[in-house]
Amino acid sequence: MTYRYCKLYILLIVSIIFAGCESASTYHDNSAFLESRPRSIVVIPPLNNSIEVNASYTFLSTISRPLAEKGYYVFPVAVIDLFMKENGLPGPAEMNNIPLDKIRENIGADAALYIVIDDWGQKYQVLSSAAVVHADLRLIDTRSGALLWSGRARAEHSSDNGQNGLAGALIGAIVDQVAGSVIDHTYDLSREANNKAIYQSGFLDGPYRLPD
Amino acid sequence: MQFSSFKYTSFLLLAAILLNGCTSTDTLYHWGNYEGLLYKMYNEPGEATPEVQIERLIVDIQKAEAYGKKVPPGVFAHLGVMYAANGNLAKAQEAFIEEKTLFPEAAVLVDGMILRSQNSYNSK
Repeated sequence: MTYRYCKLYILLIVSIIFAGCESASTYHDNSAFLESRPRSIVVIPPLNNSIEVNASYTFLSTISRPLAEKGYYVFPVAVIDLFMKENGLPGPAEMNNIPLDKIRENIGADAALYIVIDDWGQKYQVLSSAAVVHADLRLIDTRSGALLWSGRARAEHSSDNGQNGLAGALIGAIVDQVAGSVIDHTYDLSREANNKAIYQSGFLDGPYRLPD
Repeated sequence: MQFSSFKYTSFLLLAAILLNGCTSTDTLYHWGNYEGLLYKMYNEPGEATPEVQIERLIVDIQKAEAYGKKVPPGVFAHLGVMYAANGNLAKAQEAFIEEKTLFPEAAVLVDGMILRSQNSYNSK
C-alpha cells in the first residue's frame, strides 16, 4: 500500500519538475531597469506606420491594465493625449518628439513608454481573413534617457482556424468578414498582444506589485 | 498511523499543486468599464459622451469598493476630465484630488490640471 503512494509521490515530483511554467526564452538585460526603479509610466500615443487610422488609440485602450497590474502608476492615457493636444501637439508624430525633461516637468512621469505600430488590422483574402497586431515597445527613463526595457506586442487571428475543406473555408471567411464590419478583432488582439508583451518579456514588477 | 498521515500529505500536496497553478490571477484593481470607454471614446465617440462615462465610472468605483478592490490608476483623473468637460469644476477638482490621494505619483499632472481649471474658470 505504502509502495503505491511512493510511486505516486515520485510521479508527482517528476511532473512538477518537468511541467514548470512557460517562460519567454529571450534574454533581457535588467540592470538599467533595476537601477532606475520607476514608479510611474506615461504611455506616449503610439506612432502608427500601418494603414489603419484607429490603430494608435485602440492600442492605447489596452495598455493601461497590464502595466498597472504589473505594479506601476499609469497616467490616464486619454487625459495625457488630451493634455498634449491642448498644448499644441496635434498627433502621435509630434507627441513622440517631446523632450524628456518636458515630460518630467509637466507630467511627473519616471518613465515613458514609446510605441511604434508596424502592422495592424484586418486583411481580407479570398479564402480567409486575418487580423494582425504588431507593435514595438520601448520604456525610457525620463531622467537619464536610458533604455529600461524593450519588447514586442504581437498577436494574430485567422478566420480559417479550425475550418476544414474549401466550403468551410469560404463560409468562415465570409462570416468573419461580415462580422468583422461590426466586431473589431483588433481590440481583443491588442489586449492579447500587450498582455504577452508586459507579462512574458522580462518587464519587472513595479512598486504596487512588490511587497512593502 | 503512518499510512494515514501519508495519505493526508498526499492530499495536501495535490491540493497545493491544483490551487497553485502557474500564473497569478489576483488582480490589484477592479477595472470595470474604463478601458472599454477609452476604446469607444476614439472609435465610437457618440457612445462615450462625458455623461455616459461619468455614469459608468461612478458605478465602477462603487463596485470596486464592494469587491474590496482598489480603483485603477488614472480612473479618478479621467473622471475629473469628464466632469470638467461638462462644466462641473467642483466635481472635477474633487476627482483630481482623489487621484492624487490614491496615487501620489499623479501629483505633478493633477496639480497642473487643478491650477489650469481654476485659472480658466476665473478668467471667464
